[in-house]
Amino acid sequence: MTDATSDATNDAMSDATRGTMSGAMTARAEMAVRRHPLWVRLAHWVNAGAFAALAVSGVAILLALPRLFWGETGANDAPAWIVLPLPVNLEQTGWGRNLHFLAAWIFVLNGALYLLIALASGHLLRRLTPDRDQLHPRHIAADLRAHLRLTGSGAAGARRYNVLQKLAYLAVILVLAPVMLLSGLTMAPGVTAAYPELFTLFGGRQSARTIHFLSAVLLVGFLLIHVWQVLANGPLDLMRGMITGRSARTSADRATSGEDPR
Amino acid sequence: MSKITRRRLVLGSSTLGLGGALGGLLGGCELIENGPRRPGLYGLSDTLTLATQRFLLRDQPLVREFGPEAISAVFPTINTTDPDDPAYRRSKAAGFSDWRLPVSGLVERPTAFTLAELRAMPARTQITLHACEQGWSAIGGWTGVPLSHVLASVGLKPEARFIVIRTVDGWWDTYDLFDALHPQTILAYGMNGRDLPVAHGAPVRLRVERQLGYKSLKYLASIEATDRVDGLGQGRGSMVSELGFSWYAGI
Repeated sequence: MTDATSDATNDAMSDATRGTMSGAMTARAEMAVRRHPLWVRLAHWVNAGAFAALAVSGVAILLALPRLFWGETGANDAPAWIVLPLPVNLEQTGWGRNLHFLAAWIFVLNGALYLLIALASGHLLRRLTPDRDQLHPRHIAADLRAHLRLTGSGAAGARRYNVLQKLAYLAVILVLAPVMLLSGLTMAPGVTAAYPELFTLFGGRQSARTIHFLSAVLLVGFLLIHVWQVLANGPLDLMRGMITGRSARTSADRATSGEDPR
Repeated sequence: MSKITRRRLVLGSSTLGLGGALGGLLGGCELIENGPRRPGLYGLSDTLTLATQRFLLRDQPLVREFGPEAISAVFPTINTTDPDDPAYRRSKAAGFSDWRLPVSGLVERPTAFTLAELRAMPARTQITLHACEQGWSAIGGWTGVPLSHVLASVGLKPEARFIVIRTVDGWWDTYDLFDALHPQTILAYGMNGRDLPVAHGAPVRLRVERQLGYKSLKYLASIEATDRVDGLGQGRGSMVSELGFSWYAGI
């Protein structure tokens, strides 16, 4: 009871603070605001390129056997868990695998460097971890409703990311990306010769392949929502922010909620 | 065998240099000294993968082996499933009694082994997971003689670095000693407790368990030891490399 009251007071107070802040920001509407440090922008675009290459080449590889299995084994004539409604292409020339592993190296090295800097600089804790007030059920519910309006989840004047956004980023960085990497490595006979524990972790080579696919679907789902959120919240300014590091957006109507939709 | 073991260690450690990988972008990456070359970014990525895996595999671990109950009911057969080469057909009709496997090149005593001679050598049976680049996998039991034993019996010369294997249906591939001398690299003449079926490469196929299926050649025709493979064909190290696939298939 007391907690709820105090949380409500906090919410009210922070809203009031934001109102004042946005008023101040409106006054200097023409000034550019700093958005993203250079290392975040570099990591973002390198990752975007690598992810696109991984997705396209991943589909090319999948088309040799668009069937998914659990356990160690699976083949065209073996019973499948799911038969994907995709055309089969057995005339593989190797480009899918070549591009996939080149892009995977870029994805892994770039991702490792990003994670290292994000941890060391406090970026992960300060910018990506939800603040206490953001974790209140009422706050989360409000944020969910804002997202469900489809036309824009809130405003971009934004001194911080919104809570669903933070949770999505953390899920991608700390869960989905490592699962993609490890399930991919479980399909590599050279790696599992050294670390057979990977088979135990995923429940077999075909299970790892299935999990690799399902995680990829979730990542593509994340990408679609990510792009939609950019498009729905002033794409030109947000793109400018992720390319140049600065954006102009400080107008009052965009700044009211204090949340950043990117 | 002690010479071989020492050379194996040297080879294993010589592939760890990443400097060569970065410097190789212009002229094409040389994955291993005097080994296959691959130009461009894919060469760089292949070299990174090979160097990393050689580091992970530096203690030469064995791949998992299963019990007989794990053997797959379905083991796909792909590519050639019955060579139409006339000599092969004659040999097959004769139960491969006239079949010979010449082992030549940098060896002290070049020898052509009969199937019976290979069967008389110390045998190894391993039930392992076969992973194809297409995505399928199946568990099969393989019985054969370790390649390292065959090479030791003909006296591999100290300057030998690679093993070139050619097949009846025109495939060829190369292996450095790190993989060729691995205990689970065998010349298999038996599958799942019976003679190796024609569809799976009779009379003898190769098993290279730490790489994808396409390195485990079927229908072996000859084995040759050499000190370099960059002069073979287009210098890519194997037939499938010339089609666009990686020479090293540990991923």
